[in-house]
Amino acid sequence: MTLLITIFAAITVTLIWYKKAPDNSMRYGTLALMYWGASLMWLVDAIFEYAELGAEFFTPAAEDMLNDSYLGLCVVALGLIIWIVMLFIKDPKGIIRKMLVKKNA
Amino acid sequence: MACFLVPGTEAIVSTIVTAVVKKKENNNLKKASVDGTSATEKIGTKFSTKLGWLNKMLWGGSALLAFEHIWHGEVIPTFPFLTAVKEGEVGGMLAEMGTAGVTMAVLVTAAWVGMVIVSNVIEKRQAENTDSKEVKA
Repeated sequence: MTLLITIFAAITVTLIWYKKAPDNSMRYGTLALMYWGASLMWLVDAIFEYAELGAEFFTPAAEDMLNDSYLGLCVVALGLIIWIVMLFIKDPKGIIRKMLVKKNA
Repeated sequence: MACFLVPGTEAIVSTIVTAVVKKKENNNLKKASVDGTSATEKIGTKFSTKLGWLNKMLWGGSALLAFEHIWHGEVIPTFPFLTAVKEGEVGGMLAEMGTAGVTMAVLVTAAWVGMVIVSNVIEKRQAENTDSKEVKA
């Protein structure tokens, strides 16, 4: 479930990035690449788990599935937090800078 | 156990390489602008930008995977930070890093190589189209 949720997040953000391109001021591409990187890594994890468990891999216990889904949502939230912090630090639209200058003036 | 450490280490190396490549590109641009050569007019994405794609995938993936390891209690906030090391399962941890960890790093790098090849082909075609239009005009 963690892999699936991350893949869906990666696809969604990639579509948003494609729709907004070539405007990259919101850095959607960075978020998409982060999710794709994590998806590829979890895919490897899933392949190794499948090699170990076989068909049992596709029939997880309900409790495990719920825990994995919860983890997946937390991972997506963490990705969004990292992205928003990066966005505010880089401040491509200069909004934070303008606000700080206004307050200081 | 600690498979995320392999792509994490690759991320550190690729970030250093990106910084070096970026510095070289900036020096070349400065040199070209002083010489008046056409290097500044080159069409296409800089290689340092393309390396940035790899960095983002590796750093993002490693960070999210590290979070998953914290979730599962495989990474702990106290020394030695890895449960496997604390419980004396170093051999198993290294074996997992050598198999799953290395495969993760290789797969992400392979995906990036694919992205770079596709972007190079698109840029080459675009440059050829621009050249042929200039010749016709």
